[in-house]
Amino acid sequence: MSLQETIAVAPIAETLHRARAGRSYWARVRERLLADPVTMTFATLLLIIVAMALAAPLIATYDPTSGSAFARLKSPGYAGHWLGTDEVGRDLWSRILYGGRLTLLCGVAPVAFALLVGGSLGLVAGYRGGLVNSFIMRSMDVLYAFPSILLAIAICGMLGSGVGNTILALTVTFIPPIVRISETITTQVRSFEFVEAARASGAPSASIIRFHILNNVLGPILVYATSLISISIILAAGLSFLGLGVTPPNAEWGLMLNNLRQAIWVNPLVAALPGVMIFMTSMCFNLMSDGLRSAMDVRL
Amino acid sequence: MSASGLSEAAIGRRAEAAVSRAPGPLVRCEALTVRFVGREGAVHAVNGVDFTLDAGEVLCIVGESGAGKSVTLRAMMRLLPDHRTQIAGRITVGGKNVLALGRRALGDLRGAEVAMVFQEPMTAFDPVFTIGTQIIETVKRHDGLSEHAARQRALELLEMVQIPSPARRLDSYPHEMSGGMRQRAMIALALSCRPRLLLADEPTTALDATVQIQILQLLRRLQRELDMAVLFVTHDLGVAVEISDRIAVMYAGRFVETGSVRAVIRAPQHPYTQGLLASTVHGAMRGRRLEAIPGAPPNLAALPPGCAFAPRCRYVETACTTAVPPEVWLDDARMARCIRVTPGQSE
Amino acid sequence: MSADTLLEVRNLKRYFPIRGGLLQRQVATVQAVDDISFDVRRGETLGIVGESGCGKSTTARLLIRLLEPDDGTVAFDGRAVATSDGIPVRELRRHVQMVFQDSYSSLNPRCSVEDTIAYGPSVHGLAWEAAKARVREILAKVGLDPALFAARYPHELSGGQRQRVNIARALALEPKLLVLDEPVSALDKSVEAQVLNLLVDLKRDLALTYVFISHDLNVVQYMSDRVLVMYLGKVVEYGPVESIYANPRHPYTRALLGAMPSMDPDRRGEHATLTGDPPNPINPPPGCRFHTRCPYAEPCCAAAEPRLAADASVSAHYTACHMLVPGSGHSAAPRIAA
Repeated sequence: MSLQETIAVAPIAETLHRARAGRSYWARVRERLLADPVTMTFATLLLIIVAMALAAPLIATYDPTSGSAFARLKSPGYAGHWLGTDEVGRDLWSRILYGGRLTLLCGVAPVAFALLVGGSLGLVAGYRGGLVNSFIMRSMDVLYAFPSILLAIAICGMLGSGVGNTILALTVTFIPPIVRISETITTQVRSFEFVEAARASGAPSASIIRFHILNNVLGPILVYATSLISISIILAAGLSFLGLGVTPPNAEWGLMLNNLRQAIWVNPLVAALPGVMIFMTSMCFNLMSDGLRSAMDVRL
Repeated sequence: MSASGLSEAAIGRRAEAAVSRAPGPLVRCEALTVRFVGREGAVHAVNGVDFTLDAGEVLCIVGESGAGKSVTLRAMMRLLPDHRTQIAGRITVGGKNVLALGRRALGDLRGAEVAMVFQEPMTAFDPVFTIGTQIIETVKRHDGLSEHAARQRALELLEMVQIPSPARRLDSYPHEMSGGMRQRAMIALALSCRPRLLLADEPTTALDATVQIQILQLLRRLQRELDMAVLFVTHDLGVAVEISDRIAVMYAGRFVETGSVRAVIRAPQHPYTQGLLASTVHGAMRGRRLEAIPGAPPNLAALPPGCAFAPRCRYVETACTTAVPPEVWLDDARMARCIRVTPGQSE
Repeated sequence: MSADTLLEVRNLKRYFPIRGGLLQRQVATVQAVDDISFDVRRGETLGIVGESGCGKSTTARLLIRLLEPDDGTVAFDGRAVATSDGIPVRELRRHVQMVFQDSYSSLNPRCSVEDTIAYGPSVHGLAWEAAKARVREILAKVGLDPALFAARYPHELSGGQRQRVNIARALALEPKLLVLDEPVSALDKSVEAQVLNLLVDLKRDLALTYVFISHDLNVVQYMSDRVLVMYLGKVVEYGPVESIYANPRHPYTRALLGAMPSMDPDRRGEHATLTGDPPNPINPPPGCRFHTRCPYAEPCCAAAEPRLAADASVSAHYTACHMLVPGSGHSAAPRIAA
């Protein structure tokens, strides 16, 4: 009996007396998440940010794309502009709200698509092994060779700017790491005895993948993917910053940051605002990802 | 060099130690309690363990998984994680109070006076260093020898544990050796500074049967030659019978029966010991149904009041469930924690 | 093959290549199972013993076809497995099932007990509801109350309970033959007795045949009718359990039996029966694989491999040792009758 097994706070061998039967793994993860104050705080914060972004048409006070030359770079509170105005006189509050939509979209959508495509590729590569595995993984290695920001820039540069192309570029950038982690975990899970037992009962591969492997692989991949969201946001912001992502006059936090760059000398508070929003949102996703990881570290 | 491979200097050291040995038992453990505090509550791993161990004696702690035997062993050297563990009680080794030692004194104690042999030699050795390096490092730390002298000592040690081609093995890495040889190397490492107390945590569980018996016999021989006290933890009664002078049967963090190995095996007093012996499979039982102990070991996070074995005991009475049965001493060296046992009876 | 034989194994071989070097060439071979043959009779328990590296786990997986043999044949109930006119593997799976050693990693931690057990029948066509009904039946048979245990997850079960679920899963397909790979090795002694009792009861009630693999000689002696002793991928001795334990002929079997710790404190052995460690299954010694550790080894042992031969005095007790074969060249071999 190793020390770890002895110390395990909910010892496996002694859970006879646990009257509540049938708490599945995900139920326990949810319990632990809800009990974690840090994760809950930042999850609430994120929820507020998302809610605000979604409710933009309802709570924005001005048209985010029209500005007035007379009201440039004004501080918060000037003539009904709650957060001031940007360098072309557009209301910052409304632009932050609408910008949030695009930024969040560019953060979550690429990761979601990459999860779908990359996760499946990794599953297949891990389960089949051999030539199939080699083919898929070496193809991913080619893409991996490029630093992610350069890859994103290259693809955006080829396809042109715009939200759709940004999402496509970022999806392609995120597929290789997700394939890699998915393949690693699938290979591990595949060697467990319960998969052997499933094969011994005569089940076909597709059934085994769906019933046994998928629910074991999903957890770690999800943790990794949530940590990618903040990277995606920053990359999208970076692309807009470089003029490749979202184009003016659309509102997007990265774009706003770029445009307000010069204004840091004139009105630092206003200029820093989009950056603060990017920072906060990334932090929320990161901390939630951490919380998810530690909640999932249930000693089984 | 003597038959056991000891150098003159080492024999001299031992003679000194024998002379300077204080009277009384080498190890004294009083009211040891260990609790692990974690996210889902506290686990009471050890609940009041008392024992003494004389120099040169082998005491075997026998119990199943979760009984608390490994935890007791690690408490002897304070190897348990600090921030989650609450230890209470008193452990004295050679007159020193282990639980009150400072870091430096603890470091001096570990390896030199008290050494440990683990179950899984692969993980107990550092895989990036050779066996020789690790033994030499220990020897230099505790005995302050030069590199050359330390290497000599390491060679002596490998010979003592009967590793073939010891000079070559000194420069081998752990993964290059078989399980049995790694275990011998681990014993060599543990004995490198002539400890007075050897702690062994199921050292033969992971080994094949033919290798297991070799290691057990080796340990017995070395223990006799070096006059070492050994605290041996195992779940296998056969191993306990093979190696020990005294046996302590542990259940749910308490000793439920202690005594000389003959007395405990021939006439077990506690129902758990009786159950263990009856359910130990051997060929003579062929054709008969095995007498299994019903139920399963208790949850250490929620121990029942009273005797922990009561839910599984065939002789249970109401009195068993109200209070933890006290130790009943049948004679000087024989104890059973059961209200059915009367003091002074020998059978 | 007689009507009595349920499983017939002939000349089974399985090697594992070890690849190394830049281009992953094959540098060595692990001869895990090398030309073994034996029968399993209907209704018996055949015990397979040996130490680590002897090939018993590989044999188990070959029997249920989780691994493909490199050579040799397996016939179930008279029909050759995986041949065009024999029994296809998928159908074999309905008749031969396996109970795994590590009850913990052999259960999917994300699936409830019910899901785990119902999975097998459902992939063979049983509707999920009907499968769940069968789960309840089987859980009761293995001593677990379905109302309490069907919805539980592996981490909520003790070791003994998990092993019962393992057994239940194997029985869900109503097999005729169960291959048990060290089913009680990872359990506490008190629980081991419970599970062994259960296995004996199930065998009687469901008319099963067992292939029982273990390194624990006591358990094998208790459970088996006949015993197979393996060493480094070969069968060294094979016969009725009483005969093998009372009168072991092969030096390795004798060493194994002598290595069991005695339960009598006054009868402790001073000298181990065997020195050294079990050798590496990679590139095994030539001739008799045991000759490097055998106290009776002679030059003829390294030259030629001994074949399994019946003992003249005891029927059906086979040993692979030159000392028992007349004319083998070993000094202890009986002379050829004139």
